[in-house]
Parts: sequence; structure tokens; C-alpha cells
Amino acid sequence: MKPFEQQSLSQRLHLDVPLCFGLLVLCGLGLMVLYSAGGEDLSIIIRQAMRMGMAFVCMFLIAQLPPAVIERWSLWLFIAGIAMLVMVLWVGHVGKGAQRWLDMGFFRFQPSELMKLSVPMVVAWYLANKTLPPNLGNIIIVGLMIIIPVALIAKQPDLGTSLLVATAGLSVLFIAGMRWKLILIFGALCSMCAPILWYFMHDYQKRRVLTLFNPEQDPLGAGYHIIQSMIAIGSGGIYGKGWLNGTQSHLEFLPERSTDFIFAVYCEEFGLMGVLLLLCIYLFIIARGLYIAVNAQQTYGKLLAAALTLTFFVYIFVNMGMVIGQLPVVGVPLPLVSHGGTSMVTLILAFGILMSIHTHRRILSS
Amino acid sequence: MGLNFTLKDTEEESRLIRLRVYSAVVIIILLVMVLVARLFYLQVIRHDHFITLSQSNRVKVLPIAPIRGLIFSRDNVLLADNQPSFSLELIPEQIDNLDKTIGQLSRLIDIDEDSISRFKKLRREKRRFESIPLKFNLSEGEVARFSVERHKIPGAKVIARPYRYYPEKSGLVHALGYVARIDEKDLQNIDESDYLGTTHIGKLGVEKAYEDILHGRVGHQQVEVNAQGRIIRVLERTPPEPGQNIYLTLDLSLQTAASKIMQGKRGSIVAMDPDNGDILAFVSSPAYDPNPFVNGIDSKSYKVLLSSRDTPLINRALNGKYPPGSTVKPFLGIAALMFGVRNTDEAIWCRGWYTLRGHDHRYRDWKKGGHGHVDLNYAIMQSCDIYFYTLAHDLGITKLNKALTNFGFGIKTGIDIGGESAALVPSIDWKRSALNQPWYPGETLIAGIGQGYVLATPLQLVTATAALANHGKRVLPRLVYKISDPISGESTLLPIATPTYVVGYKQEHWDFVIQAMQDVVHGPRGTARRSGANAAYRFAGKTGTSQLFGIGQDVKYEKDKVPEHLRDHALFIAFAPLEAPKIALAIIVENGGSGSSTAAPIARKLLDHYLLDESGNLK
Repeated sequence: MKPFEQQSLSQRLHLDVPLCFGLLVLCGLGLMVLYSAGGEDLSIIIRQAMRMGMAFVCMFLIAQLPPAVIERWSLWLFIAGIAMLVMVLWVGHVGKGAQRWLDMGFFRFQPSELMKLSVPMVVAWYLANKTLPPNLGNIIIVGLMIIIPVALIAKQPDLGTSLLVATAGLSVLFIAGMRWKLILIFGALCSMCAPILWYFMHDYQKRRVLTLFNPEQDPLGAGYHIIQSMIAIGSGGIYGKGWLNGTQSHLEFLPERSTDFIFAVYCEEFGLMGVLLLLCIYLFIIARGLYIAVNAQQTYGKLLAAALTLTFFVYIFVNMGMVIGQLPVVGVPLPLVSHGGTSMVTLILAFGILMSIHTHRRILSS
Repeated sequence: MGLNFTLKDTEEESRLIRLRVYSAVVIIILLVMVLVARLFYLQVIRHDHFITLSQSNRVKVLPIAPIRGLIFSRDNVLLADNQPSFSLELIPEQIDNLDKTIGQLSRLIDIDEDSISRFKKLRREKRRFESIPLKFNLSEGEVARFSVERHKIPGAKVIARPYRYYPEKSGLVHALGYVARIDEKDLQNIDESDYLGTTHIGKLGVEKAYEDILHGRVGHQQVEVNAQGRIIRVLERTPPEPGQNIYLTLDLSLQTAASKIMQGKRGSIVAMDPDNGDILAFVSSPAYDPNPFVNGIDSKSYKVLLSSRDTPLINRALNGKYPPGSTVKPFLGIAALMFGVRNTDEAIWCRGWYTLRGHDHRYRDWKKGGHGHVDLNYAIMQSCDIYFYTLAHDLGITKLNKALTNFGFGIKTGIDIGGESAALVPSIDWKRSALNQPWYPGETLIAGIGQGYVLATPLQLVTATAALANHGKRVLPRLVYKISDPISGESTLLPIATPTYVVGYKQEHWDFVIQAMQDVVHGPRGTARRSGANAAYRFAGKTGTSQLFGIGQDVKYEKDKVPEHLRDHALFIAFAPLEAPKIALAIIVENGGSGSSTAAPIARKLLDHYLLDESGNLK
């Protein structure tokens, strides 16, 4: 590491300037869209901005930790997370009905969110000490590390989050070089399991999948979301109707418009040009994340940084895909734009880890 | 780089990871292209189509709440009605300054802070064009005052909506339960789409247990709105399906008679048809009026109910856990015959007290001086405690436990409205796990007279009594027997659950114990002979007087209350007529004194009421 005096301010603070820039632009844009989607209610914006601020503080704190510390904590965090998931299920069982929260007295905490970070961390920790590409035995062990929390979360039931946690874990495997042949076999197995999954799905989940294929079939019920969302997007055209001028959202045809379907509001008001801008911001952040991954010095850092970045992309893809009617409706928010605190905090914390990985590098040869 | 000493080929791994990151980049680019292609298709190619749709998108889907099913008694008396009630509602999007509007309104109508904060909470959850209730149950005067001024207050209107009304007031609340406004806890248990437009949901009793049947199915109407979102006309209507009507097994006349008798007393009366488990009367006293709960009881009245020392909110029939006292004696007597620890003509000498070998403690009989020579028939008829101490001692706690659980003590009865307590039949294992103590022989003795750890709910007592009346056939108690469709008028009888059987008891065992219970009321020395005298039918019964151990700490403060709260609980179980039982009964009067003087006369009155016509002949 350079002597302290020679470091730039951002290095001393362990902040990555391009990432920070990207995130701030995104959050600013997000607040703007939310103002329109939330019915021009300033109090929503203030609360969301405060949450963002708090998340950034947490990100800053995490970035101060050297990656070696994070690596050492991976397993314990994972074990604690599993314990809390079991506790949530147990409390939920006692209290009847779906349960995702753990009430810690002064604040409520969603252990499934923790798992979005903890699963890729523990998988990266495990694989970093093994020879890459991982052999079949290691893949099976990693598979268990993924499937246990995923099953626990799916049982809450929270299908959206469990899929994201699975994605985060599997991304590490992918980056670690799991052989293509195995990936293909795995994919084939998964598609064969699809009918079994179908059997275990709740009725409302089945309905969402069916709606995807034929939204017109039930225009007043399950298809209503998708139809209204596509009208919003399509009517936005190339340049959009202008900020605060979306009729679909402001006349309240669009359900869930400030949370999962906020992208439709954005498309309506800012058009294709706005969408391309938003995608550019997202891709800039992703590109920076992957750059950090490639330039990390330890295998752990490489694996984790790349996996977190890929998960970030999956968020974006799944949310947009669902809003434009290409994927079934699962509760995945649009990163840093959708209203709501928990998932946003997790996302920003992930970037804190990325910054930690990037800013604690040792410069071996100047 | 000085890393050659590691076993891992770090450089090779870095290359591998870099390659994988490049592959990821390719995949990301492909997926983004898919997104952009789809967006291009929607926003450019199909733009004209969607812009037309969006401009003509003036159609909204609004829910129409179904009408809740009515509840009737067995004899067709309406017990839960839907009555129109006026409520003041606001549509937020039509109001410029909400506080000003509420200020204007509160000059006409009395609006309290609770209502305003509830309104503000609802406003955040609902859409802006949806009508949100501000105040329920307007008086006629308030409606009139509002009507005069309404043109000055845009966005406010008075709406007549049907609300639940319970004409019997407090008489049936513990069986019927009530509906109240849906809260967050309810939302976790229901599919919200089924409850769009519905404001109330069953919270307790039959209203809760039969929610699915009573609620009906939500309807929809497609309405055309103008650019501000106001409704111009209705385009299409899918009418809601009203909820089904429900018929209770309760005999309202018997129920009312029982409630009247229990007025001013604490306790419970449950009557059941032993043949099919139909609950004929279900009284827990004191009761309370459910009507204020429907639209939210004010916190002051609620506090009064909650803090009352008579605990009217507790459903004693389901959750009152009482020491059953001597009412367990028939059940233990028959078990002793079955297990062979007693036979019918074996007698013991009762000198008024009993001690365990090697102990000094005297377990006393209720009768000073004792009963003398006592066989099983006499022991049940006279409720001799000493006989049952020895019987319990010879049975042992494990068989005693089996004897009681055979009849459903310590187990939930499975009544259709749920929410009941299992109460308790102790066992060695239970004591070890719950209290971490060994079982003492003395505890078996007092369990033998239904005291100590033994606890039973009135519902358990009546189902056990019915099982005795049925020679071992155990029926599932139920409060609802019929459902009818309000449109077609078609009614469906609910199937009677398959009974279970208490096995191992011989015909002569049943006959013997039932004879002994008959002697309790008709025998020359029966403890309830005064209540059995001159009956137009023969019946069987058993008195119980259970002692209270603990005295509440608060009792000391009010000296005049002490004796009342110290007094024993009076219990009585019965079934009648003997030849073909049509009704089984369990009565508990808290601190009512003795079973024979307090509870048994009540039983006689109710049996007469149910079995006899006005001129005193059997129906």
C-alpha cells in the first residue's frame, strides 16, 4: 500500500469514486421517478432519501473493513443467517401466516435480505481455498450451501427473494469456472424439475405464470397488472410523456406503481430515450463492478465482487422483464428506484463490499 | 510476483476468472439487447396502438363487496342481521384541503380523534378516488344536518351501508362471536383480492370459524371515468355472490332460559344433543354486547370490559378451566370396573378421612363422620370422597389419566368454532416436563375427586357426559348444522362427523354407572334428590363441588367480596331422558356454593324447559 500521505482522499476514505458517482446519479433519478409515481407526495421522497442516506453510511462503514476480515466473517455470518431464518419460520409458525421479519425490539430485520449477501460470501469463501475450477464434490457442497437458505426462504413464502439468493450463490460458481458441460447438465436437470416446482407452487404463483402467457385471458384479475403496465410503457413512445405527465400512473390505472412496477412509470414518462439512459447508468455501475472483480488481488475478492455485480444485474433484468411482460410477476424491486427500504440497503451494502475489495489492494510494484 | 510458493496456480485461476467475467459480459449484453428489443417493440412499433389504448383507458375496475350471510338459530330466529347504517365518507381526490373539510364537518357531526387518525391511516392505503369512511353510525340528526350543508362540502357524502347487527345483544356473543373491521393481522390470513371492498371480517366464534361461507365472493364493476378519474357510467358488472346463510344448532328458547338463569352469576352452561353433537345451549356468563365491536368499540368501554373482575370477555364454555370435582366420579367408577380394581358389590368403610400408609396427612370426606359402609353405587350417589381416594390409589395416576382421557378430558373436543382450551389431565410425564417435579401419591388421591391438577372446560364436561349417555359413542360438538343459499333458497345439511368410541367397557359397566347417576337424582339418598323429585321423566346426573385453592391477591382489599370469591364452584352434569337421551348438560356456577344446592336445580329447570311442553307433559 502506498504511504498514507501519497493516497488520494478517496483512497483514504476507501471509497470508489466511479461507483459512488454511478450510485448517486441512480439514486437521484430514482427519487425523481418516485416523486411522480408516489402521487407527488414529498414525505415519501424525504423518507426514501433518508433511507438512502443511512444505507450510504452503512456502505461507507463496510468499505472500511479489509476484505480479509469480510472473508473471515463469511462462514459465521452464514450460520447466523441460517439460524435466524429458522427462527423466522418458527415465529411465523407460531403466529400463523407468512412471516419474513424478525422483531428485534427496536428494529425489525429481514434475515432473507442478509442471505443475499451472506450466501455469495460463504460460497466465495469456500471456493477461494479450493482449486479452481471447482470439482464435482465442491460443487455439491456449494450446492448445499445455496439450497438450504433458498429452501428456508421459499418456505416463508418469498419466492422472489429465494430466487435472488440462489442466483447470487450460483453466480459465484459460474465465475469460479464451473465447467460449461456441468452448467449445461445442471440447466437440463433444472428444466426437468420445472413440473415438480409447478406442483409445489401456490395457486397465486401459478396464476402469475399463466398470466404471462396470456394476459388478456383475465383482464380484470391477474392480467390487469401486465396489461396496464404494457399500456403505460407503449404509450410512452420514444420521448415519453414528460415527468409528472404519465396518465397511466397519475390516473392510478397502474397498480404497484411506486414499488415493483415503477419501471412502467419511468417508461411512460421518459420514453425509450429515458430507458436507454437508465440502462446506461446501470451498465456503467455493472462495468465498474466487473472491473473491480477482475482487478481484485485475492480469489475471494474476485469471486465475490463479480457475483454481487451479476446479482445486481439479475435484479434489473428480472424487474424489467416482469414489467414489460416477459417474465412472471415475482416481487423483485428495481434497484435503487423502487420505493422500499430493505432491499435497497442490501444492494448498497453490496457496493460497500465491492469498495472494500477495491480500495484495500496492496500495490506490489509501483 | 513472489507468490510461487502457494500450491494453487493463482495466475491460471485469475485467467479463468477473467474469462468467466468476459462471458458474463457477453451474456449481459445479450440480455440487455433482449430488453431493449422488447421495449423498442412496445414503445416504437406498437406505440400508436398503446397510445390509443392509454387515451381511451378510461375504464377502471372497482370491487363490489358481497352481502354477508345471515345467521339463524335452529328455530329460524335471526341472530346476525345486516342493517343499514349511515356512515360519513370522503373521497380524497375531490378535496383540496383535507383539514379544512374535516373542520367543517366536525361542526355538523361529532368526530373524535380516533376516527380522524384511522381515516388518515386508511387514506394512505387506498387509492385517491376511493371513498374512505370517516365516521360510522351517524345519528339521524347528524345525517339531516349534513344534508343541509352538503353542497358546501365537496368530496364528502353520507352512505348507507349494511352493517352487522346482533339483535340478541349479549345473549349469544360467546357462540356467535362478531365481525369487526379488517385489521393488519387479518390481512395476513386472507387473500386480499377476495376482500376488496369488504370492510368487516369475522373475528370470533361462528362469525370467524365460518368466515369463508358467510363472506361470499367479491364482484366487479367496470366503470368509465373522465380524465380526473371520476366515474361517468358503469360499463359492465359482475355481481358479487352473497354469502351463505348459516343455521346454528342452538335452541334459542333453551339458550335464553339458560342465559336468564345465569344472569348475575359467573359460570357456564352447555347443553348438547348426545346423538349428533348439536350444541343446544352455549352460555358463558357474564356476557357482553357485541354490537359496539362491529364498528370499533371506544377504548373507554373496552377498558371497562377488559378490567372487569367478572371477565365478561372470557369464553368460559370454551376456555374456562375448572376443577371438575366430583363430576369425574362416574368416569372413574366405570374405569375402575373396566380395569378390574373394583367390582360392583365390593364395599369399603368410610370413617370420614383417609391416610396414605406411612403418612399423617388426613384426606377428608365432605361429610364429617363419614358414610360408613360404601359400595360403588352408594359412593357415586352420595359422592363419597373416601371411596374415590382408595379407588384412585388402586388405579394409580397412569390408569386414572387413561380413564379420563378416554372420555375426552384433557383433549380439545374439536368443536367447529375452534378456540377452545385442552384443559388438563395430569400424568407423571406431564408433571416432570411442566413442573420438573416427581409425582406424589397424594396427588393421585385428590385427582380421584377431580381436584388438584385436574381441570376441565364446560364443553369437555358436556361431551364426556354425552359419551356416558351414549354408552361410549363420542360425538363431535358443533354449533352449525345447516347452510342455505340466499338466492336459490336451497339448503345443505352439514355432515355429522363420524363418532369415535370409548372401547373396553362392558354393557353391564355402562348400565351400572348410569344407574348410580340415576340414583343421584332419584335415589332416596342421592345428593341431588331434591332436584330429581317429581320429574315427569327420569334422568341421570352427578353433582360436583370444587374447592378453590388460591385466593387472588386483590381480594383482601374489599372485605365484603372475600366470602363470595372464596366459595366453592358448583357443578352439575346430567342427561335426560334416561331411556333415550335427548339432551346432555354441564353446568358450572363459579363460587356458587354446592353442586346439589345451586347447580342441580338449574339443570332440572333447563331439562324441564327442553323436554316438557307448557302443560308439563313430555314433548
